[in-house]
Amino acid sequence: MTIQKERIVIIGAGMAGGRIVEEILKRDDTRFDISIIGAEPCATYDRIQLSPVLAGEKTFEQIVTHSQDWYDGNGVKTHFGYWVQSIETAAKHVVLHDGQTIAYDKLILAMGSDPIRLPLPGSDLQGVVAFRDLIDVDAMTQAADRGGQAVVIGGGLLGLEAAYGLAKRGMKSTVIHLVDVLMERQLDEAAGRLLEKALLDRGVISVLNAQSEAIVGETHVEGLKLKDGRVIPASLLVMAVGIRPHVEPAKSSGLVVERGIVVDDQMRTSDPSIFAIGECAQHRGQCYGLVAPIWDMCRTLADVLTEKNIDNTYAGTQMATRLKVSGVDLYSAGQFSGGEGCEDIVFRDPGRGVYKRIVIKDDRLVGTVLFGEAADGGWYFDLMKKGEDIAPIRDTLIFGQAVTNALAGQDPSDAIAAWPDDTEVCGCNGVSKGQVVASICAGNDTLDKVRGHCKASASCGSCTGIVESLLKCTLGDSFKAQTGPKPVCKCTEHGHAHVRKAIIELELKTLPDVMQALKWTTPDGCASCRPALNYYLLCAWPREYKDDPRSRFVNERNHANIQKDGTYSVVPRMWGGLTSAKELRAIADVVDKFNLPMVKVTGGQRLDLFGVKKEDLPAVWADLNAAGMVSGHAYAKALRTVKTCVGSEWCRFGTQDSTGLGVKLEQATWGSYMPHKFKMAVSGCPRNCAEATIKDFGVVCVDSGYELHVGGNAGIHLRGTDLLTKVATEAEALEWGKAFVQLYREDAWYLERTAPWIERVGLQFVKDRLAEPEMRAALVARFLESQEVYQVDPWAEHAPKSEPAKVFSPLADLRDGAVQPEPAE
Amino acid sequence: MNANVTINWTDVGAAIEVAQQSARRVETVMGAIAVFRTVADEYYAVFDKCPHKGGPLSEGIVHGRAIACPLHNWSISLESGEALGADAGKGCTPTVPLRVEDGRILLGLNF
Repeated sequence: MTIQKERIVIIGAGMAGGRIVEEILKRDDTRFDISIIGAEPCATYDRIQLSPVLAGEKTFEQIVTHSQDWYDGNGVKTHFGYWVQSIETAAKHVVLHDGQTIAYDKLILAMGSDPIRLPLPGSDLQGVVAFRDLIDVDAMTQAADRGGQAVVIGGGLLGLEAAYGLAKRGMKSTVIHLVDVLMERQLDEAAGRLLEKALLDRGVISVLNAQSEAIVGETHVEGLKLKDGRVIPASLLVMAVGIRPHVEPAKSSGLVVERGIVVDDQMRTSDPSIFAIGECAQHRGQCYGLVAPIWDMCRTLADVLTEKNIDNTYAGTQMATRLKVSGVDLYSAGQFSGGEGCEDIVFRDPGRGVYKRIVIKDDRLVGTVLFGEAADGGWYFDLMKKGEDIAPIRDTLIFGQAVTNALAGQDPSDAIAAWPDDTEVCGCNGVSKGQVVASICAGNDTLDKVRGHCKASASCGSCTGIVESLLKCTLGDSFKAQTGPKPVCKCTEHGHAHVRKAIIELELKTLPDVMQALKWTTPDGCASCRPALNYYLLCAWPREYKDDPRSRFVNERNHANIQKDGTYSVVPRMWGGLTSAKELRAIADVVDKFNLPMVKVTGGQRLDLFGVKKEDLPAVWADLNAAGMVSGHAYAKALRTVKTCVGSEWCRFGTQDSTGLGVKLEQATWGSYMPHKFKMAVSGCPRNCAEATIKDFGVVCVDSGYELHVGGNAGIHLRGTDLLTKVATEAEALEWGKAFVQLYREDAWYLERTAPWIERVGLQFVKDRLAEPEMRAALVARFLESQEVYQVDPWAEHAPKSEPAKVFSPLADLRDGAVQPEPAE
Repeated sequence: MNANVTINWTDVGAAIEVAQQSARRVETVMGAIAVFRTVADEYYAVFDKCPHKGGPLSEGIVHGRAIACPLHNWSISLESGEALGADAGKGCTPTVPLRVEDGRILLGLNF
């Protein structure tokens, strides 16, 4: 007979629920028999990160913190997708909605909160959602895919993140806010105005001082009517006006409930066997809606339950806020509304959009608001929490840690290096300096790896700067900082995603327009951004934008591959790897005529002619054109080759006509410019002789049809493909191929191959976009439109027919016996 | 007519033959010279040889008053011939005196 372990049952599998399990197991992983009940049908994820998911900057998989496997592996029983009907405190069991009962010795309530739904007329219309869980995010992204206009009620943190996410997904997005300052609980008016403008730059319109009266529409939302009579059209309406602690069924079971479930300093409710943590709890009169207090509560409760520190108490948490809107740097902590005895130090730089304000009381920092430059947020917060006397550093405090320490003769990283090991670095996840350094020493040499390993800076991100400093002083110069979305280049602060979106939304159709609208810091960009912008423009506006050769790399301008001696190599297209006696003869003649030193068979089943002089290029092309050959684009960020095996026409194993499909794929897609080079292959059977599973798009034929694979490449980092789908007919394989190419063209960043692109956006994103027949057809249609313009042979355009291609020859030749300069016109 | 004691100004072609943000080559006995025109219609000439590995600068992308070498993306100042940015101080391409008169490009050659 085994001894019955003490049973802990947790209601709620959100951030608090997942965290308390982890904290208990960390202290004692054998003592308890743990069960967790969650209403959402999935395991635990990081709810704060729903905003990046909505904005398409992260995938759901990336924000899972405790997976089903994790619970299973730790022997935790899970009941996901179940509601708790009632808590029988006398019998000490909970009753689930299907009637089953689960007995407990200790019960932990981690039920979180519910979004507040305004009781407006029309709030039951379709298309009215909250922003709270994954189901809401799904509903919002689906609505965004249909386009139209989104209206978000509530200009707090959550509402703004929702509005930004929807704008980023292509909707016209408007925020309706009751008072005249956005995020008025965290921001003062000056910072609120800057935020309003920054959001406008990102496509979010703010309507302030606006009271909602009714949601209008027949069956589906059509607009929001304001008290002043204005009606704002909307195909999606998001209510983000706040949260309310979720207190049922605690309340009906007789626990003391005010706004939240009342707990003492050890998280105990009015029933000594029942505890409450997170947003459903009310501690010392306060209900919290942020993550840091949850972690503090979980640590206290785990210490108490496991008796590791039976006297631990929770004393409340000071909180900091950071807005998760890409490119908007905003931080707020403590009190900033001033008050008796408070003094302000304010720094403004309107030109750079920087505003900083710190609030001081009795030589202690009590609050801060930072906009535009928020890297010092963590430092201020630390000074605030420790209650340090700031009088000695007051004169430089507003300029931040680096300046303050430098003037005190201290290198900021030295200061951090000198911290004791038990100094807390990440308040969200309770990670000390010693743990971060140990994680770095264990080989986690980037911010992301440290985040993945010890969770430091993985939640709110406010300690990112400190973790980076620790990386820097532990690893030395080999560490390179990474923050926010990486700018396209040094000419701009904007990342690729922002630039692509702006080109479409602001209808920017020339390079100077883009640079003007997005405030490029250089007159005509640089060798990094110009090719990227040129590509983004030709992809967005195939008919209207005129390709700019001066913004292309030499190879794409000269339609051949430059070699280290300044000569070029030339690769004619061989459809699906097929050639003929006529083509081979023409190639041989070119080699003889231009005295080319080398011919090589490429890995993509074609021939590469080396050592062509620049001035000979047009003549070489003319000869190859005459034999029916066109440019192989072996030099371009474009469709390169389609490698094939011989397939069912000859091979005894072949299941389909792989060569024929390869030729068709190449004929459909050649000439299309892409973010990076793009290779395809078609194998006639699973033996995969054409190596289709290391291509950007690979087809493996099987008896029953065609397996479509994506995202493979050889290259520095070998990556095998992911299986996209399986289709039955050749026509479908072609359709999916074209749609995939177009999705990659429209979504990936310049110089990002399909492999890193898919790793970034997630395979599911690609599957979702392509699985829907209408979206797939729309992608194909846009691809075909682009092909009408771009599927032309650049060689034929430049080959000397009537007029000699001047730009391929020197302006003048001053060597002995050479031709004189061209005369004036 | 524009003769100078030390510099021999040589007409190498019409200014409009060099498009904005691009370059043309002038072959000389001392090696090729690249003649550039910036987005602001300023003209510059430097030897067509990157100080790094000899790449043909005339084939690079012209940005501001600099040229990105097509081989390894070094950025070279068109005014001074010096390598810029991360490669500053690592090399220099000789510049060639240039002026534009009556729509013609004149190079100051002393050979």
